[in-house]
Amino acid sequence: MEIPYTTTARPDTGLWNAKIGIWLFLASEVMLFGGLFSAYIFLRLDAAPGHWPRGLLNVPVGTMNTAILIASSVTVVLAWAALKMRQFSKYKFYMGITILCGIVFLVVKLAYEWPIKFHHFGAKITPAALEKYEPYLGNAHLREGGYEPRVEISGHLENPEALHDESIREYHIKLDAANAEPLNPDNDRPRFWPAPMSDKIAHVSKDDVQLASMYVPKHSTFFATYFTITGLHGLHVLGGVIVFIYLWLPVSARLYKRNPEQLANRVEVAGLFWHFVDLVWIFVFPLFYLL
Amino acid sequence: MNESNSPAASESVVQAHPEHDDHHDVSKHIKKYLMVGGLLMIFTIITVALSYFDFGSHKANIAVGMLVATFKAGLVAAIFMHLSAERHLVYQILIFTTFFVLVLFWLTYLAWYDPVVR
Repeated sequence: MEIPYTTTARPDTGLWNAKIGIWLFLASEVMLFGGLFSAYIFLRLDAAPGHWPRGLLNVPVGTMNTAILIASSVTVVLAWAALKMRQFSKYKFYMGITILCGIVFLVVKLAYEWPIKFHHFGAKITPAALEKYEPYLGNAHLREGGYEPRVEISGHLENPEALHDESIREYHIKLDAANAEPLNPDNDRPRFWPAPMSDKIAHVSKDDVQLASMYVPKHSTFFATYFTITGLHGLHVLGGVIVFIYLWLPVSARLYKRNPEQLANRVEVAGLFWHFVDLVWIFVFPLFYLL
Repeated sequence: MNESNSPAASESVVQAHPEHDDHHDVSKHIKKYLMVGGLLMIFTIITVALSYFDFGSHKANIAVGMLVATFKAGLVAAIFMHLSAERHLVYQILIFTTFFVLVLFWLTYLAWYDPVVR
């Protein structure tokens, strides 16, 4: 059976069917991400001072991934244009680059950005004990500058067994730069290049800790929203890559010979989805990495 | 089953009258796509740079960051997603979407700005 209105406009809508289909789907996607972003706004507005961490994500890597996604948005539109001009080998070339970009984005996310967080540790200090850990927190200095207080001591957990063993009463933390030199003005605000970890080790008593965890979703509302939104976004990137691979395989060459316009429209629709994924990232990147 | 090549034949008749995008038109757009890609790259760098610039308060920095992001998103939607020249029905769908997503954010605002508790 022939699929109706793959290349011609349906008289009542004025559009070929898949175009309406993808826009209705994208409308539902806007609501899906809209719900998560409104949760983000709500949680962030209600975060107590110092409890919405900044500068925890690697900005150069995030910037690179943003550039990769933008580049892939350009190549997918060029792939579509090549099909429109009936240049199949150019189409294959641009589509191939798009697929590569998507895969690199995912690899950076899953093999570097996420795991590095899973191996980082933070202990939130109880309000009563903040004074005791002042040498690591430097809150008097931050107050002077009008900055939000530090409530967490973070770095590499040297005795990971302390996470599960109740008899161990201390966390031994190899400190992040901000906790090692809390008075250094360079640490007052997030930096572009992540500061290297210090060699200093702090001993933090479990009695003084409100919540201690690796940088996983339960660590904070920041990481909960970060992993949820970038996770869902990553799934979209994966979905897009799978569709693009299908459109790159020999089946597409067969469709091209039979009906090139239909293939061009398929690529356009997949491209619309891809641009939407790019568009979501345009907001995710500054909200989580920069601001 | 009909003759296997009859659907293909009818399609080629259809293709003689493409609905809007003329094939030679597309080649004119390529430069535009490349330029928008370049603009998006430049504005990504601007976004990063502005986030390290102190606009007086953190809220102001967030506002500026979101403004630049909205501009970038507008470029993607208008040029890459062809919204600058799309059919009426697509705009109608998007007007509904905008309305409902604004209501969603408004509900969040109501929940946060709870007049009974605050």
